[in-house]
Amino acid sequence: MTSTTPVSQHSGSLLLAPARPIGPRRRWAFLIDIAVMLFLFAAVVGIYAIGRSWLGPVAPGAHISQSPSALPLYALYSLVRIGVAYGLSLIFALGYGYLAANSRRAEIILIPLLDILQSIPVLSFLPGVMLAMVALFPHRQIGVELGSVLLIFTGQVWNIAFSFYSSLKTEPRELKEAARIYRFGNWQRFAQLDLPFATIGLVWNSMMSVAGGWFFLMACEMFVLGDRDFRLPGLGSFLQTAAGNGDTRAVLYGLAAMVGVIVLLDQLIWRPIIIWADKFKFEQVQDAKTKTSTLLQLVGRAAFVIRAYRFLVRPLINWLTLSFAGGARKASAIISEHRRGRWGQWLLGILGVAVILVSAFAVFRGIGELSSLHRQDYFALLRSASFTFLRVNAALFLGALWTVPVGVAIGSSPRFSKIAQPMVQLAASIPATALFPVLLLFLIRLRGGLEIAAMLLMLLGTQWYILFNVIAGAMAVPTDLKEVARIFCFTTWDRWRYLTLPAIFPYLITGMVTASGGAWNASIIAEYFHFQGRIVSAPGLGSTISGASDSGRFDVLLASTLIMATIVVLMNRLVWRRLYRLASTRFKLET
Amino acid sequence: MQVIAPTDLAVYPGQIVAVLGPSGCGKSTLLRMLTGLSPASAGGVLWHGQPVREESPNVSIVFQSFALFPWLTVLENVEAPLEARGMRPIERHKRALRIIDAVGLDGFQNAYPKELSGGMKQRVGVARALVVEPEVLFMDEPFSALDVLTAETLRGELLELWLENKIPTRAIFIVTHNIEEAVVLADRIIVLGRNPAHIHADLAVNLSYPRDRKTPQFVELVDTIYRVLTRPDDKQDHVHTAANGGTAVSHRPIMLPHTRPGGMAGLLEILVDQGGRADLHRLAYDLSLEVDALLPTVDTAVLLGFLRIEEGDAVITSEGEEFAKADIQTRKKLFRAAGLAHVPLLRQMEQALKAKTDRTLQDEFFHDLIDEHFSEAESRRQLETAIQWGRYAEIFDYDAATGKLTLTEV
Repeated sequence: MTSTTPVSQHSGSLLLAPARPIGPRRRWAFLIDIAVMLFLFAAVVGIYAIGRSWLGPVAPGAHISQSPSALPLYALYSLVRIGVAYGLSLIFALGYGYLAANSRRAEIILIPLLDILQSIPVLSFLPGVMLAMVALFPHRQIGVELGSVLLIFTGQVWNIAFSFYSSLKTEPRELKEAARIYRFGNWQRFAQLDLPFATIGLVWNSMMSVAGGWFFLMACEMFVLGDRDFRLPGLGSFLQTAAGNGDTRAVLYGLAAMVGVIVLLDQLIWRPIIIWADKFKFEQVQDAKTKTSTLLQLVGRAAFVIRAYRFLVRPLINWLTLSFAGGARKASAIISEHRRGRWGQWLLGILGVAVILVSAFAVFRGIGELSSLHRQDYFALLRSASFTFLRVNAALFLGALWTVPVGVAIGSSPRFSKIAQPMVQLAASIPATALFPVLLLFLIRLRGGLEIAAMLLMLLGTQWYILFNVIAGAMAVPTDLKEVARIFCFTTWDRWRYLTLPAIFPYLITGMVTASGGAWNASIIAEYFHFQGRIVSAPGLGSTISGASDSGRFDVLLASTLIMATIVVLMNRLVWRRLYRLASTRFKLET
Repeated sequence: MQVIAPTDLAVYPGQIVAVLGPSGCGKSTLLRMLTGLSPASAGGVLWHGQPVREESPNVSIVFQSFALFPWLTVLENVEAPLEARGMRPIERHKRALRIIDAVGLDGFQNAYPKELSGGMKQRVGVARALVVEPEVLFMDEPFSALDVLTAETLRGELLELWLENKIPTRAIFIVTHNIEEAVVLADRIIVLGRNPAHIHADLAVNLSYPRDRKTPQFVELVDTIYRVLTRPDDKQDHVHTAANGGTAVSHRPIMLPHTRPGGMAGLLEILVDQGGRADLHRLAYDLSLEVDALLPTVDTAVLLGFLRIEEGDAVITSEGEEFAKADIQTRKKLFRAAGLAHVPLLRQMEQALKAKTDRTLQDEFFHDLIDEHFSEAESRRQLETAIQWGRYAEIFDYDAATGKLTLTEV
C-alpha cells in the first residue's frame, strides 16, 4: 500500500473482471460458480481431513521475548517469512495465470475459482494448512514455520495471479502475431513477450500483496488452534504478545520496528523496482520526464552487477532459449500432434474424473460436518454476517467520505500534492493491525469501544485503496473540462456534480471494490482480538471465524467461511461489477 | 460467416503484389491466411504446391503498428527471430548488425523503440522481417501509421533494397489502402471488393521504376483503379449464385458504409461548389483524404441517391443538390425520406418500432436480425451506423445506456 500510481489496472478481483476480454457473457456462468464453490468446499474439507488424520505431537510454543533487543532478529524472521511466502506466491501465480490464459478449459474453472479464493479470509485456511504442516514435520519447528509461510501465501497470491492472467489476455494482437510469425518457442515467448508485458502489473500487485502480508502478520505468526498454542518468533508475535500483556512500551517498540522495516523495504526494494519496471511500459513514445533512482543507477553501474549479468545471467538466458528452441522442435518432430492430443485427452479425462470423485466424497463429508449445526446456529451465523455486512459498508462509506474530498484536493493541486503525497504514502505503509493495539488501549474503556475499534481497523486497512485511486482520478481530469467549469462560473456544488464526481467515479469504484474485499478479510482481525490477557470480540462473521479457528470448531469455521465467500462473491457480481460496467461505459473519459 | 469469397490468387517470384481495397474488406484477413496465422475455413493456401501450415513457410510480416517489443533494444528486437531459430549468439549478432546497417539504422542498435521516431521504428520492423531472409515479405499497411514524407522516404528505400537485390526476398506482398502507394511500388495490383471479399480486378503495372507520379500513364492508372473501386459491385450477386450452384437468390442486405451524415453533407457541398461534377481522384487529392476515408462517404451518398458515379467522376443528383443547399432541419427531412426509401434496414427498423404499442425495442432485437448476414463485429458496426443515421434522420431516439430504441413521434 505504498503506491501513488492508480491501483486501478491490476488489483482486486473485480476491477479486472470487466476488462477481461471474454466473449459474449455466458448464460450458464453461475453454474460454474456453483460447481467451483462445491469443489472448493470439498478441497477445504479434504485439507482439514488430511490434517486431522495426520495429527501428531507438536512442539510447545516458543517463548516470545519482549525486549527491544530481540527486535532486529524478529524483524529478520518476519521478513524471511514474508519473503519466502511472496516468492512462492509469485511462482504459483505465474503458473496459475499462464494456465488460465492459455487453456480455455482451465480458464472456465480457474477464473471463478480465483474470485472465490480471494474472498476467503486467511484464518479459514489456518486449521487445514497448520495441521497438515505440523503433521508433516511433527518434531520440528519447520512444520510450524512452513504453516505460517503458507498462511501468508494465501493472503498474497490471488491478486498476483489475476494480474498476470489479465495481462496475458490483453497482449496486443500484433505483438502476439509477431511472436508467432517469427516462430518464438514457448520459453522465448514467455521471456520476451508474456513476462515483460505483465511486469508493471506484477510489480504493483506484488507491493499490494506484501503490504497484505504485513497486515495479517500478527494472525499468521501467533494463533491458537484447539488446545494447541502456536507462536513463532517474529514482529507479529512480538506485537501480539505485547498487546496481550497490555505492555504499551513494547507495542510502541514493535510498531516502530515494523514501520522502519517497511520504509526501508520501500526505499531499497520497491522504489528501484518501480523505476526499473518503467522500461516495460507498453508505449510508443517516451515520457517527457523520466524517473530516476540513485540506487538503481548505482546498482546498474556496479561492476559486479554488470559482470554478473554479462557472464552469468545473459549466457543462462541464451542457453535456456536455445535449448528450449531446439527442444521444442525435437519434441514436435517426435510426437505427432495427433498422438499428443489423444494422450493429453486421456490424461485430462482421468484427472477430471478423479477430481470429481474426490470432490464428491469431500462434499458429502462436508455436508455431514455442516449438518451437525442446527438451524439456530445458522440463524446466529446469518445474524453475525449481517453485523459484519453493516460494519464493512459503514467503513467503506466513511472511507469514501473523507478520501474523496482529500483525494481530489491532493490530486488537483500539484503544489499540495508534492507535500501530501509522501505523507500519505508513509501513513499508508503502516499496517493497521500494528496500530490496532494502540487504538484499543484508548477505545476499550469507552462504551461500544470495540465496535468503534473494529470499524476503525477496517477503515485504516482499506481507505488507502480509495484514497490513491481518487488521487489518480483527480489528476486525470482533463484541463479543458476544468476550464469550462471556470469559464461558466460553476458553483462549488455544480462543479462537484457535473465534473469532479463523474470524472473520478471509475477510479472511486475501483478503489471501493478493492477496499470492500479487504474490509471483509480484515474483519477476522478487527472483530476478535487477544488483548490484555483476554479476548475482546464484537459480534460478527469475522469474530465467528476467528473464534471457531481458535477453538477448533471446524463445522462453524466451514459454515462461516462459506457464508463469507458467498456474500463477497455475490456483492462483487451483483453490485460492484455492475457499477464498474457503468463506470467503464458512461463515465469513461474518452478523447 | 463468410468473410472471404472463393478467391484464386497466386504470388510469383520476382513480383511486388499490392492488394488494395476499402477498409473492412478482408485484406488483413487474406494476409493472415496466406502467412498461416489464421486458418482458411474452406479451400487452402498452397506454398510451393504444399498446403501451408503455421510453421512451414519462411515468411515475415511487417506490421502496421510496427509490433516491436518495447522492452528490447533495436538489436535484441532484430535478433529475436534468429534466437527463435536456435542460432548461436555470435552468428545472430553479426547477421542482425548487417541488416540493421542495410536499413540505415547503424548507431541505433542499443536504442529502445520508444526513443525512435515512427519512421525509424518501421525500419526496425523491416530489419526484423528481413533478418530471417524470408522468401515472401508480407507487409500489412506498413506505411499508414507514418506521416506523408516519412512514408515516401521509406517506400523509396524499400524499392531500392528490392531493385538492387540487396535482400534475399523473392516476392513482396503488400496490403494497402493507398492507391498511389500501390502504383508506386507494385508490379501487380489486386483490387478487392467486400462482403465477402473477392477479387474485383487484377491489374499488371508495366511502368518502369522509379515511377513519376506526374506522368500521364501513372495518373491514368490511378484513375482506372478509382473507377474499379467505385464501380457498382455487380459481382456480389454473381459470386453468391456461383457459390450456391446458381439456385439461391441473394438475400444479403445492403451493407451500410460506416460514415456519419455530417461528412456526406460536406462532400456534397464541395461538389456543388465545383459545379456538381468532380473527378474522384482530384477530390481525394484536394481534400487530402486517403481513399478509404473518402470512399465510404461517396458510397453513402450513392446509396441515398444523392450522388452518381460516372467513369470515376462523382456527379451530384438533383436530390443531392437540394440536400446540399438546404438548412439543417430540411436536410434531416431529406435524409429521412432518402433513408427510408433506399435503406431497407432503416425501413425495417421503423416498421418494427411502429408495430409495437409502446414504440420501443431493444437494440439486440435488430442485431439478431442482421447478424446472420455479417460477422459479429461487422453486424455491431452495421447496427451502430444504422442507429447513427436513424437518429440523425429523427426516425427514432436511442438510449445507449439501456439500449432502447424509441420511435420519434412526428
